[in-house]
Amino acid sequence: MEKRRRGGLLAGLGIAAAVMAASSTVHAAAAAPALVANPGDTAWLLISTALVMLMTPGLAFFYGGLVRRKNVLSVLMQCFAILCIVSLQWTAFGYSLAFGPDIKGVIGSLDWAWLRGVGAEPNPTYAATVPHTAFMAFQMMFAVITPALIVGAFAERMRFAGFAVFTVLWSTLVYDPMAHWVWAQGGFLRATGALDFAGGLVVHVNAGMAALAAALVLGRRDGYPERTSPPHNLPLAVLGAGLLWFGWFGFNAGSALASGGTAAGAFVATHIAAATAGLVWGAMDLVLQERPTVLGMITGVVAGLVAITPASGYVGLTGTVCVGALAAATCYVAVVWLKRVFGYDDTLDAFGVHGVGGMIGSLLTGVFALKSVNAAGADGLFAGGQGLLAVQASATLVAAAYSFGASWLLLKLTDLTVGLRVTNEEERIGLDLTQHSEAGYTALE
Amino acid sequence: MKYVIAVIQPDKLDAVLERLTEKEIHLVTVSNVMGRGRQKGVSEVYRSQKEAGSLLKKVKLEIAVNEEFVKGTVDAITAGAYSGKIGDGKIFIVDLKDVVRIRTLERGHAAIG
Repeated sequence: MEKRRRGGLLAGLGIAAAVMAASSTVHAAAAAPALVANPGDTAWLLISTALVMLMTPGLAFFYGGLVRRKNVLSVLMQCFAILCIVSLQWTAFGYSLAFGPDIKGVIGSLDWAWLRGVGAEPNPTYAATVPHTAFMAFQMMFAVITPALIVGAFAERMRFAGFAVFTVLWSTLVYDPMAHWVWAQGGFLRATGALDFAGGLVVHVNAGMAALAAALVLGRRDGYPERTSPPHNLPLAVLGAGLLWFGWFGFNAGSALASGGTAAGAFVATHIAAATAGLVWGAMDLVLQERPTVLGMITGVVAGLVAITPASGYVGLTGTVCVGALAAATCYVAVVWLKRVFGYDDTLDAFGVHGVGGMIGSLLTGVFALKSVNAAGADGLFAGGQGLLAVQASATLVAAAYSFGASWLLLKLTDLTVGLRVTNEEERIGLDLTQHSEAGYTALE
Repeated sequence: MKYVIAVIQPDKLDAVLERLTEKEIHLVTVSNVMGRGRQKGVSEVYRSQKEAGSLLKKVKLEIAVNEEFVKGTVDAITAGAYSGKIGDGKIFIVDLKDVVRIRTLERGHAAIG
């Protein structure tokens, strides 16, 4: 998240006072002048919050279309269950662990548990111009979609109970600490100067490495790779990809935490990176497989969106196009070649797209970031900046290593206690009927 | 000539097709069907109302063969579709009166392969 402190904020106090009259009155007696939310910034952040919320159902459709028809509901269900579970975890204590008062750079304290002290008054550390509640809600949607991304790696074979337990453990012990390290005041990775505008490390590298761990711990689906069915409903996946693209404007441009130039820049970078990556993936399909595929183009779009996420507020147009093109190329190699060579069953390429895309995006931020685009950022390699690339690389390594190791342990723990994998019989019949007693499609009538 | 109809588990289809190819039986028609045997289907729930005895997805193969291929066909299907559990399926073998190849209007044994 961008480190944003608005010096000129108090100048706008007169206008904002009308909106936040109650808050101003309360603090009028205090020695320091109270912070008052800016209506434009608040409106944009609340809309962005809703946009990011829509990404999780969008992801559900993207994944749902790619699985076999007997498992479509299980994937939609896992995504919606995460919306319910993690939202409550976040307000109960997750937000406090991630953003609460720092303990030794590693984790937030529980001072803000149950949203104690998180109200209408802005928190100057994170977003001085919007209500603290709005910042918390915006961050909540990130905490929701991140574990939902992992679903792609264990789709079609995970028990629902094991999934639910793992989700709570992972959000608490992997997502919340990682968000603290990178974004919170006092977090040790933020202190190194690592740039992560909207969650390349916290969301994508984090979910991607957890996805790789999940694919390895759960093992391959029965019949993989000889008998892998094609996506059962590609139009559903295209719909999902469209919703993801739409929601990503809130994800990235919303991460400016204010309505203005940085948000607009991130908005354009997001769009152009997605367009570039979709086009490049389609072109690679055309050259290497003779036909541009629909699944290829939408996967490319998502890879571009992933990779521009950490860079979106810091790069210009050239950087954006390069990030998009390189994201498509590297994710293509990961999805088409790496997965086959190593034989892991990352069902819907959560690692191949989010892990690899997140890493390449975080590294390229160290190459293409420009202080002329965003003074709160830094100059990358191409602008003559020394050191940023190394900082980005080490932050990426730390994030990837922690996520993989901790996720592996939590998966093993869940496996030993609740059980992770459905029986062969259940896998054959499908998760919709065996885990939820429902079918996505009727076979007769 | 015989008409061999087999109802098998969907996930065994590839294994069966492989076995049939080994025995040089290439002609086969496959369809998705619903069915149930003694085990019934997996029950579904709609708004907390349990709807029991629904049907299970199966795959149906239909193969027309000359007499000398009947044993190979049955062997291939049983070998490929076997798991030893309830629901592995059944094979029905019926007499086939005639076959017409539409392209050439050949009939009988000549038209079958």
